[in-house]
Amino acid sequence: MRREWIYALLLLLPAMILLMGFTHIPAIETIIDSFYSTPRGRRAARFVELENYRTLLADDVFLRAFWNNLIYAAVTIPASIIISLGMALFVHSRIRGLSFLRMAYFTPTVLPLIAVANIWLFFYTPGFGLIDQIRGLFDLPPQNWMGQTDTALYTMIAVAVWKEAGFFMIFYLAALQTIPTPLREAAKLEGAGRWTFFRRVTLPLIMPTTVFISVNAVINSVRLVDHIFVMTEGGPNNASKLLLYYIFEVAFQFWDTAYASTLTVVILGMLSLLAIGQFFFLDKRVHYK
Amino acid sequence: MTGYDMTVADRLDRALFTIGAWMLALLWILPLIYAIWTAFHPAAYEVNFDLTAPLTLENFPKAWVQAPFARYFLNTIILVLMILAGQLVLGTCAAYAFARLSFPGRNVLFALVLVQLMVMPDILLVENYQTMRMLGLVDTILAIGLPYMASGFCIFLLRQTFMTIPKELDDAARIEGEGVIGTMLRVYVPLAKPTYLAFGLVSVSAHWNNFVWPLIITNSVETRPLTVGLSIFSTADSGLEWSVINAATLMTSGPLLIGFLLFQRQFVQSFMRAGIK
Repeated sequence: MRREWIYALLLLLPAMILLMGFTHIPAIETIIDSFYSTPRGRRAARFVELENYRTLLADDVFLRAFWNNLIYAAVTIPASIIISLGMALFVHSRIRGLSFLRMAYFTPTVLPLIAVANIWLFFYTPGFGLIDQIRGLFDLPPQNWMGQTDTALYTMIAVAVWKEAGFFMIFYLAALQTIPTPLREAAKLEGAGRWTFFRRVTLPLIMPTTVFISVNAVINSVRLVDHIFVMTEGGPNNASKLLLYYIFEVAFQFWDTAYASTLTVVILGMLSLLAIGQFFFLDKRVHYK
Repeated sequence: MTGYDMTVADRLDRALFTIGAWMLALLWILPLIYAIWTAFHPAAYEVNFDLTAPLTLENFPKAWVQAPFARYFLNTIILVLMILAGQLVLGTCAAYAFARLSFPGRNVLFALVLVQLMVMPDILLVENYQTMRMLGLVDTILAIGLPYMASGFCIFLLRQTFMTIPKELDDAARIEGEGVIGTMLRVYVPLAKPTYLAFGLVSVSAHWNNFVWPLIITNSVETRPLTVGLSIFSTADSGLEWSVINAATLMTSGPLLIGFLLFQRQFVQSFMRAGIK
């Protein structure tokens, strides 16, 4: 079927060109660029071997951003997964005000993170922000949540969890609806309580969804940095700096593109590790069936 | 379960469950409620939540005249529609080839498509910026949209849908004298309508909200989308009032929010459908 080949390649061509042009080739170029110096003025880029990587390992800001990103991921991922599962369980049951609850949980997904960052900024404002006003009711002193090195990262984490949980809820809700009702009835006859049913039946059945959500959450823990632009700009003293924000700074404020590429390689490396891990994990699951 | 056979423990359990659900919902919608409150009240009430405070609409025109929001809206709408059109056309063609045509290297090419699910253009800022500069596209709306037009997610989603369509329909169309393209357009596209709707909603809300890449690639009013415009508006050192910033925030997300409230059911269901496959 030669003609079929030709049709297929013609149909694929436009999409493949764009995919190559904006994903595959840039990814490879990023790796190559990380071994060169940044071209400046009339001085062309030259091959510097691992110098950028040596700089990286000695760069306190990078180490801080890397560590921050690990904390950001380690808190955001489980927190948004647990909260989204709770939300899904809430709105899956017959409960008063179901459609309001669903809407309330889901709204953050629709709102642009860059827009609501302004609102969150007000919540955290020392003295008259909402959180400090509530603390004031209990005679607690005002706190500069975003301006302290030990709390700044967590204020960013709270916004990220708020943004993500409602989106993940939708996938859990879809999964919960596929659990057959007879299972529920059988469990009730056996005298299984809500908690036992959840642990023994629901949790294992929604495992594939949890894997799907975790992968998304990991990718988002690298991508979702919009609020940092408005709220802290990575500060104070790099306390809330994440990798992608640091790449933005290095590339578009300091114009050190080679070093920015080196930083990007770190992210690409982490994502490929994830891809490999996911491949093996899913592979194992297929054997189960 | 009727009211009669509910024990005290059951009732307590039920009540706690409901209270928990409502507390969480109020916490989650609080930012929006606060934004609405301040946007519709004079600046004096932005930290002073008095139920008798007078309502006002003046924050909206105030915000509207302080930045070229009309232009930002137009840019965003052009951007979102352009990306969606590109994604659907390219996605349909590629998905059909992957689902129904046989050709050498099919699996390798499909694997290359799936790579994009992990490595999104958002991460490859530096190289993509250089590509745009090479193409002379820096500071154009096209440059904001181009990296997203071949969407791995769209291709994947449509391929899954196309594969569930019985192959007998293909043969029937062939007998009717349809070619490859005719079959794709007249059999596959109409049958995949729900997938198109679901993907369309996901794509529109994602690109309406996108920020980092548009921030980098645009630097003039003529190309800036709403998100970037709003961030410049609210970080400008002009001593803006919270109530005006929140009015601008509501305006920016207004169309999506209203769309979401009107089509809530379809919205949630289409997100769900997009998630199952």
